[in-house]
Amino acid sequence: MPRAVLRSTQIVLLLGMVMAFAGPAAAADPPALDAASAPRLRAIMALPTERSGANSGAVVAAGTTLFVVTPYPQRVKAIALDRPGFPTRWSYTPPSTPEATALAANMVTTPAVADGRLLFVTGNGHAIALDAQSGTVLWDTIQADVSQGEMLAGPPLVVDGRVILGSQGDDFGVRGAMLALDAASGRRLWRYTNVGPDADVGIGGGFRSVALPNAEPDRGLVTWPAGAWQQGGGGLSAGVVYDTQHELLIHGTGHPAPWQPDVRQGDNLWTSGLFARDVATGQARWFDPLNPHDLYALGAGGSLLQAELDWHGTRRTLLLHASANGYVYVIDPADGRILDAHAFVPVTATTGIDPETGTPQRNPAMDVSTNSTTRGICPGWPGATGGGVPGAGSAAFLPRTGLLYIPASLLCMDFEPRQANYLPGTPYTGANLRTTGTPPRGALIAWDVAVARPAWRVEEAFPLRGGVLATEGGLVFYGTLDGWFKAADAGDGRVLWQFQTGAGIVSQPVAFTLPDGRAAVAVLSGAGGLANPDIDRRDATAAHGAANGLRDLQPPTDPIGRLYVFALP
Amino acid sequence: MIERCVLFAVLSLTACKREMRDLRSDPPEAAALDQVRPMENRIGGAAPRIMYALGQPYEGNAYQLNQGKRLYDWFGCKGCHAQGGGVIGPALMDGWWRYGSDPVSIYLSLRDGRPNGMPAFGQRMTTDQMWQLTGYIRSLGSYRPSTAAPSRNDEMQARPAENRGPAAAALIARPSR
Ligand code: HEC
Repeated sequence: MPRAVLRSTQIVLLLGMVMAFAGPAAAADPPALDAASAPRLRAIMALPTERSGANSGAVVAAGTTLFVVTPYPQRVKAIALDRPGFPTRWSYTPPSTPEATALAANMVTTPAVADGRLLFVTGNGHAIALDAQSGTVLWDTIQADVSQGEMLAGPPLVVDGRVILGSQGDDFGVRGAMLALDAASGRRLWRYTNVGPDADVGIGGGFRSVALPNAEPDRGLVTWPAGAWQQGGGGLSAGVVYDTQHELLIHGTGHPAPWQPDVRQGDNLWTSGLFARDVATGQARWFDPLNPHDLYALGAGGSLLQAELDWHGTRRTLLLHASANGYVYVIDPADGRILDAHAFVPVTATTGIDPETGTPQRNPAMDVSTNSTTRGICPGWPGATGGGVPGAGSAAFLPRTGLLYIPASLLCMDFEPRQANYLPGTPYTGANLRTTGTPPRGALIAWDVAVARPAWRVEEAFPLRGGVLATEGGLVFYGTLDGWFKAADAGDGRVLWQFQTGAGIVSQPVAFTLPDGRAAVAVLSGAGGLANPDIDRRDATAAHGAANGLRDLQPPTDPIGRLYVFALP
Repeated sequence: MIERCVLFAVLSLTACKREMRDLRSDPPEAAALDQVRPMENRIGGAAPRIMYALGQPYEGNAYQLNQGKRLYDWFGCKGCHAQGGGVIGPALMDGWWRYGSDPVSIYLSLRDGRPNGMPAFGQRMTTDQMWQLTGYIRSLGSYRPSTAAPSRNDEMQARPAENRGPAAAALIARPSR
């Protein structure tokens, strides 16, 4: 198999700041979390979230309070870390509607804390700000139309008094959007869709694309069959990072709708790529089409983070994107130029990345067409990394080791496009899919960015769907679908400590320091999906085909999620 | 030899018994077919009287059940229920029902929707189509094999065929909710 075509020469990584999307907002990373101390970690809290869906958020530690937002119907809790028994300081349950229950099952519930406000989104399309001290509602605004299948996706990102949010409904044929609210009032500052005419998308004079140099207008229309863009998908996928140097928001766009690719001939811009937008105006600055005419509907999911490193002798802040399509991209945030791209898992769908355009070279054997099943497409749904929803399954980069720790899935899939009919508010997919694979179906991959290959990997029976936390002290924390929460040595991947939580883990671990000075790590358990007792695994296509590839995954004895906190003595 | 011929002749005669297929109900008939009388909790209730007059055509008629299967694909039920095993909506083939397994309950689930995210299809389908789907859904979650239910797929074969009474096998173990 021809390897990825782009080559990197020598890269020397320097120590630098990493802005992981779902990482801890305020709390500093306690240096005590190192290889020597890992075996002494003990559970000090196992608080039921009382929700059995995918508990896929991260908690946020701010001062002496730990904030947790449960899956839908959301419940917010402020837990006092400075009091014995960790009592709840306050809790708040926003109004919910049952209609959103199914839709909201997989959303990421990570909140954000900024300027004394706790910001979060709900499964029924509300963006809410609470006073972090008291839990009083400061504002509550509806920003997504759940009746159409539109969701607010991923955690809010706060930049200079603006709350950046994305919406997503790719599987429902919703045109996804990015928007900014005023953090003080909740008033909307701007909103642009990721698909549609230039005016809707925010494409104007300041827009350049390295891969698509011609400046033809309305490419978000002409790269679709007439009118198809209106149900085009392309919601927020890989999370939002803020590049302070260029004042750019950079985010992935989701897959084009429907999954069935034959009814959407064309490149389907601006789906399945990376956008950079001006933070003040929302106007698009550049776009990288990662998967033009995304055949397998994986979108530009996965994780997106910034790392300061030495590239060809120059110290630069670059983007590292471990993508659902199985490639790690190194990207210049100034103009979106792809500097390097290599497969980090076995990939059959494509054979490498074209050095000129940065787009994948298709493998004709893995082409798909209506009413016929293509077998052995790798990666399989929801992609080689990421949980299939923005903000889930983030990788972590540790400047000290120069390694990007990727929570990977090694599943492949069989895919059969069928007829797709658009009915508002119902899924617009039109394909049968079943995942396939035998253990190891997952791995924690330590990707050496300098030499573009794995330094080591920890193999796992099941795909990793949660995020990775890498501590300054040199530990890598991650959870597995069979309920283990593990700490590996960041240098060589030796698993130094593990804990059985009793339910699958699909959330993002977070490190913080307790008020008494002890180092702590928090993670939510509870995986939803296949663990849901409403799934009948005899249907190989059930739970997005997980019923086939993960048929031996034991359901938890208790599917209710729990917030675990572990601390050093 | 003669016996064999006779047997063959008898078999082919029975095989030729034509199944009735009503392609589309007359408008008054369709209106009557929508006259379900649900219980107050919207689970179960009385089927429209005309259903019995028509000989319950949507239960054991292979044509109607096959139409139901096609509609299941066309109306995107798969997006939420997969091929019966469930995705964001619950499994329909495991023999467990939140709102009852009888035709009226399923018809009501389809026509009016259900609170936790099941959309209403009453404005999107004809009464005939809803009954065809109801019959098909019942074959998906049936405990008894049925000769009328579809036996094969022209698509990815992902689960036991409907005519085998798939729910029976699921009875063995059911994890607690
Ligand atoms: C948007 C997702 C969605 C679509 C599309 C959808 N369903 Fe549902 N369905 C659900 C959910 C969620 C439930 C559970 C509702 C509840 O518990 O209140 C459900 C419940 C049901 C039930 C009741 C099951 C029981 O246990 O009693 C039936 C029957 C059903 N759906 C059939 C269908 C059919 C047939 C179609 C296609 C015409 C369809 N559904 C389309 C989401 C969907």
